[in-house]
Amino acid sequence: MSKVEFNKETGPREVFCGLTSIVWLHRRMPDAFFLVVGSRTCAHLIQSAAGVMIFAEPRFGTAILEEKDLAGLADAHEELDRVVNDLIARRPEIKTLFLVGSCPSEVIKLDLATVAEKLNKRFLGQVRFVNYSGSGIETTFTQGEDGALKALIPLMESSNEEKLLLVGTLANNVEDRFKKIFRNLGISNIESFPPRQSTELPKIGKNTKVLLTQPYLSDTVRDLKHRGCEIISAPFPLGIEGSTKWFLAAAKTFKISELKVHEIISPLIKRAKLALDSHKEILKGKRLFLLPESQLEISLARFLHNECEMDLIEVGTPYLNKDLMKEEINLLPDNTKIVEGQHVEKQLDRVRESNPDLVVCGMGLANPLEAEGISTKWSIEMVFSPIHGIDQAADLAGLFSKPLKRNQILTSKTLVTH
Amino acid sequence: MELTLWTYEGPPHVGAMRIASSMKDIHYVLHAPQGDTYADLLFTMIERRGQRPPVTYTTFQARDLGGDTAELVKKNIKEAVERFKPKTLLVGESCTAELIQDQPGALAKGMGFDMPIVNLELPAYSKKENWGASETFYQLTRTLLKEKVSSSDRINPLRWRKLGRRPKVNILGPSLLGFRCRDDVIEIQRILSEQGIDTNVVAPLGASPDDIERLIDAEINICLYKEIAEASCEWLKRNFGMEYTNTIPIGIKNTIEFINEVHEKLDLPLTNKEELKNKSKLPWYSKSVDSNYLTGKRVFIFGDGTHAIAAAKIAKEELGFEVVGLGTYSREMARQVRATAKDLNVEALITNNYLEVEDAMKKAAPELVLGTQMERHSAKRLGIPCSVISTPMHVQDVPARYSPQMGWEGANVIFDDWVHPLMMGLEEHLIDMFKHDFEFVDGHQSHLGHTATNTNNILNSDEKKEKNSKEGIIWTESGRAELTKVPFFVRGKVKTNTEKYAILRGILEISDETLYDAKAYFS
Repeated sequence: MSKVEFNKETGPREVFCGLTSIVWLHRRMPDAFFLVVGSRTCAHLIQSAAGVMIFAEPRFGTAILEEKDLAGLADAHEELDRVVNDLIARRPEIKTLFLVGSCPSEVIKLDLATVAEKLNKRFLGQVRFVNYSGSGIETTFTQGEDGALKALIPLMESSNEEKLLLVGTLANNVEDRFKKIFRNLGISNIESFPPRQSTELPKIGKNTKVLLTQPYLSDTVRDLKHRGCEIISAPFPLGIEGSTKWFLAAAKTFKISELKVHEIISPLIKRAKLALDSHKEILKGKRLFLLPESQLEISLARFLHNECEMDLIEVGTPYLNKDLMKEEINLLPDNTKIVEGQHVEKQLDRVRESNPDLVVCGMGLANPLEAEGISTKWSIEMVFSPIHGIDQAADLAGLFSKPLKRNQILTSKTLVTH
Repeated sequence: MELTLWTYEGPPHVGAMRIASSMKDIHYVLHAPQGDTYADLLFTMIERRGQRPPVTYTTFQARDLGGDTAELVKKNIKEAVERFKPKTLLVGESCTAELIQDQPGALAKGMGFDMPIVNLELPAYSKKENWGASETFYQLTRTLLKEKVSSSDRINPLRWRKLGRRPKVNILGPSLLGFRCRDDVIEIQRILSEQGIDTNVVAPLGASPDDIERLIDAEINICLYKEIAEASCEWLKRNFGMEYTNTIPIGIKNTIEFINEVHEKLDLPLTNKEELKNKSKLPWYSKSVDSNYLTGKRVFIFGDGTHAIAAAKIAKEELGFEVVGLGTYSREMARQVRATAKDLNVEALITNNYLEVEDAMKKAAPELVLGTQMERHSAKRLGIPCSVISTPMHVQDVPARYSPQMGWEGANVIFDDWVHPLMMGLEEHLIDMFKHDFEFVDGHQSHLGHTATNTNNILNSDEKKEKNSKEGIIWTESGRAELTKVPFFVRGKVKTNTEKYAILRGILEISDETLYDAKAYFS
């Protein structure tokens, strides 16, 4: 492991909770509905993060707890039952209903597992009920996906068939690209988790080789291991380097030669490097500060330093699983400062002191920093954009070069006309 | 438990944040888990603010619950006070913290600070955003002024004469995330100033705690947004005898009535009564012949109480529309909205469920929708033009240009914003004249009018439902053909009425004749 500096910080945080991940999970599985059992705050959070108004009727909603629900839990269970019945009558096309716990439902100890069990019996053969917690007292932003996937694992049948299982939500087009490349490498049995249809869960077992596409799936990985799956140790497929090593790690597990991998992907790499050049021109030598939010920060830092030649001031992450991140940390330059957790005020003090060229942060902080003259990139865009893979490396770099380029345009002193 | 896919209002602590963020020298310590920090983006992204809201979230986690969350609250209060040095501290909790009952307000008061501390108790499981904003503004005003209640005389609205100065008023209610508040304040101040009336304090927008303490230097209060300021105005009236205005100056008639009301309350003679009629272009634009086509346009209105009521009045009395639906999500103003609806002979819709609003909109078959951003989306799906008149706030509702809703310029803005989505008069006339020409293709209409009222869409989209719900009524070839000849902007209504008539008469097949029978029946 490179000589990376690990720090922990506690204090007031500025991050989303796990409920936010519903925004991309529901798009991934169009036959699923996500029902948050929570407060008006939960409903308001999701609609604020998701731009809900574009949907005639979104496939997620909140069963908002009212005073009478807090008075007696028995009544709350009955009420939830009623809400679910109404919902299923209204949306008969729904195949899987996720009951998503929230801060208030966790605090009053609403037992969603028991509710789900009862509903499963009643709606047997029609709708499946799964529960997990997206609460902000337990989860941060992307950890919501970890919870949702973990909750699906018990529903996955066992099979000893050898297969490559890509774990973590990917944009559909990126997933298709990956599958094509793996097929070209000679791996034919490839499945994804989560699948595109909630009812088409992959079967898993001791010959399932899990290749993670996202770095925030600690609990899911643990449970997949318990089911006998082999976890392929690799960096994450962000950027050319990460993606290459990711393909290589998978190939090694399937006993495919390195030579074969290079043969297949070197044209892609060549093309990607060409596309990356114009962004590198802008990013090179610029100083980067990453605030914690998506748990993608370490992989992004690795990509932006190693491939775009940015200097890393501080890499914040809400939560650090050193085991899962081992391969990534190994690729970081010496003396990288990683800060797990947050004291948002102290961290912003450090931002101002270090005078970075670019800060990656949440939407609550972006405009205030811009107003202070600091360029920013909001981290939520990373989880909504197709950024994985070699072909997307330039797009990924573009997310960071664009604010700098824009800043350059707007601050240029003279307008040269010809 | 209430199934909510989308909500017009946030939780009450977001209302408190609106007050805190609107003001200067205030800090709000909010006992809340990390996810609640999303609320910052409402201000920094939607309102495009260059400052973070002055809010410290305690962001307690599950592991803190076993330990001492009260200590965590105190630590955060201490740090926030040291760092931000507020002149007044607001302390409260969000939904989750309300359940663990740490009583952060009481904790703060026991910490020995000199500054005033406002303990906000905002019940998250029964109240909503506007109530939270109103309560916060009220508690803040009360905390900062309660000591002056006994020592102050009742405020005589006529005292400005004796004091030998121009009358002074406060403008209360404008806040961040309020609809066009930024520009309304400028417009109202301009109008008052023209009448020789000075503004003492605008609050909460831009005010500091010192300004709140100065509220009683004014003679009367202008209650600009009842949702936010009525409770405070009422308290100031009860305790200091300060009168407050009741008229919301949106639209020409209301603006003139508002100016009259202010003059009456101050006993200030109104010398330019005639001049007021020409201050805005709306009356002439509405009178000019091009606007003839606006007569009887069917309009559906939904928004917060203040804007929905005002819109109904303008629509009916100043633009000559027919109001075919009126509703609000502001339960606190349900009574007033119901009264207005009764005058207009429609039934008020009081709901927080946007799907109910969309259904009501569909049934009313309006030609124009005045609503929130959500109604804009619903109307888009139905192919009906829409103008946004109310919060919840969207980034588009914070335009770069000066764009008030109140006063003279507000009336100009309203005329443009409501009429432009409709077709211009001449254009509509031409389409009507030439619609049977071969060059004219159905669906060629400009603006939004055509998307949903395309006959095939109308007939096809509801087909499934029709077979079940409308007892198997079928549109025959001749019925369909006749329906396409109906001007597209009333086609939806004609279709509904014809079907209603068919059901009434037990007719199973709608022909061209049925269409005319129904037309005669309903006219």
